[in-house]
Amino acid sequence: MALDYSQKVMDHFMNPRNVGEIENADGVGEAGNPKCGDIMKIYLKVNPETKVIDDVKFKTFGCASAIASSSMATELIKGKTIEEAWDLTNNAVAEALDGLPPIKMHCSVLAEESIHAALNDYREKHGMSVIPMERHED
Amino acid sequence: MFVYMDHTATTPTSPEVLKAMMPYFGEFFGNPSSVYSFSKKSRAAIEKARTQVANALNAEPSEIFFTSSGTEADNWALKGTLEKGKISGKNHIITTAIEHHAILHTCEYLHKVEGAEVTYLPVDAEGLVSVDDVRNAITDKTALVSVMFANNEVGTIEPVAEIGALCREKKIPFHTDAVQAAAHLKIDVKAMNIDMLSMSAHKMYGPKGVGALFLRKGLRPENFMHGGAQEKGRRASTENIAGIVGFGEAMEILQGRLADDLAANSARRDRLIAGILERIPHAKLNGATGSKRLPNNINFSFIGVEGETLLLDLDAKGISASTGSACSSESLDPSHVLLALGLKHEMAHGSLRFTIGRLTDDKQVDYVLDVLPEIVAKRRAMSPLWEDYMKSQEGK
Repeated sequence: MALDYSQKVMDHFMNPRNVGEIENADGVGEAGNPKCGDIMKIYLKVNPETKVIDDVKFKTFGCASAIASSSMATELIKGKTIEEAWDLTNNAVAEALDGLPPIKMHCSVLAEESIHAALNDYREKHGMSVIPMERHED
Repeated sequence: MFVYMDHTATTPTSPEVLKAMMPYFGEFFGNPSSVYSFSKKSRAAIEKARTQVANALNAEPSEIFFTSSGTEADNWALKGTLEKGKISGKNHIITTAIEHHAILHTCEYLHKVEGAEVTYLPVDAEGLVSVDDVRNAITDKTALVSVMFANNEVGTIEPVAEIGALCREKKIPFHTDAVQAAAHLKIDVKAMNIDMLSMSAHKMYGPKGVGALFLRKGLRPENFMHGGAQEKGRRASTENIAGIVGFGEAMEILQGRLADDLAANSARRDRLIAGILERIPHAKLNGATGSKRLPNNINFSFIGVEGETLLLDLDAKGISASTGSACSSESLDPSHVLLALGLKHEMAHGSLRFTIGRLTDDKQVDYVLDVLPEIVAKRRAMSPLWEDYMKSQEGK
């Protein structure tokens, strides 16, 4: 419940980083569905030479932990290469937020999945192989 | 500014009520069941409270049984009636899809453990149960009809008097959960043909931990609490004297101000509703309007935003409210009430409830109307669902 959120979650919820869209993004990915009450959409701008994520934005419908997870995840992958970004796990997102309540862990999973979806969208558009995505048990 | 707009969750015990309760914690602590004269004070206090509660409902004092809560009253009414009904082969309960969990989970238990058959009647888009649906659901196995007086989430007031008349005609016991309604509406159990009615003190400026079940004379559901001979052998356990005194006092005070409260709350409710509709685009009022809605309930869905985020944003501004979103609960499903009204999942996730009361004034209404549009706009701006919704509206 609300009061169990860490200060970091509340900070990223009240002042989310990297909110918005990127026009002509190099990769776009989405995870979640409105029925469950969470949708996360990630936009990537990737440097064509270095494969470094120069910019990343998100839009999220969902609870405070979903918004905080999106915000934290975008911070964690900004400036990373697309390979490094792929290795970001949901646990790393949750840890960076000083933890999430157990019932809210699926929010960090959504962050991982939407980033993977955006990275695969990028790879597909740039003639790279698409990486099979792991589905997490919710 | 501290703005408490969650009076449906609970209310503060009023100072007059607390004052009436105080002597029964210390000075008159005697067990009402004891023989010595010292305990007479405790017995007399309970009987006074019983009369206060009975008078408010146009019931007889002998028809009021104090419990630990509204939830216990609901459990007793349902389990006790079904167990009694089993003897004559009646194992069918008719209730609605929008009841409080105290009813719904008790029905699920009775189905699982006692093999009871339960009919959950649907409601219309405003949350109203159809009396014809009740009539059509009745079989010769029906042991009980239980329809809430007014819904706690969206405030819809059900046609209780009509259902009462129908059940009386069919000779089927009729129970109503009036935990919310009793705090706002004049209830006459005789005129409305109510056989059983559940109440809770803390929803009406009384203390937590005390409720009551009205049981019409002649009805004898099986006991729920087994033990001593308290409450005429119908509900065991040493009486919560101070709590019961507080309940009686709260009920009597409430009756004296019912009409004034109704007028003041309704006016503020309608101003809040009109203000939100005017200032926030694509806001949907959930539930009924006017006299079919509890005077203190305001429930909206804002497409594109999730309810818990609104609660936290409002909390940061000092405003306490509530939501039917799954994210504020233990499950991943949003409110069963909003889904029963036909709301899509994303609209149910985006619901926000304000319930006003004695702590509310006009300045607070203005303050909420000032800060809410900004909060909804801020969260919509970061929502992909809102973006999709706006695109779908283009060209419409």
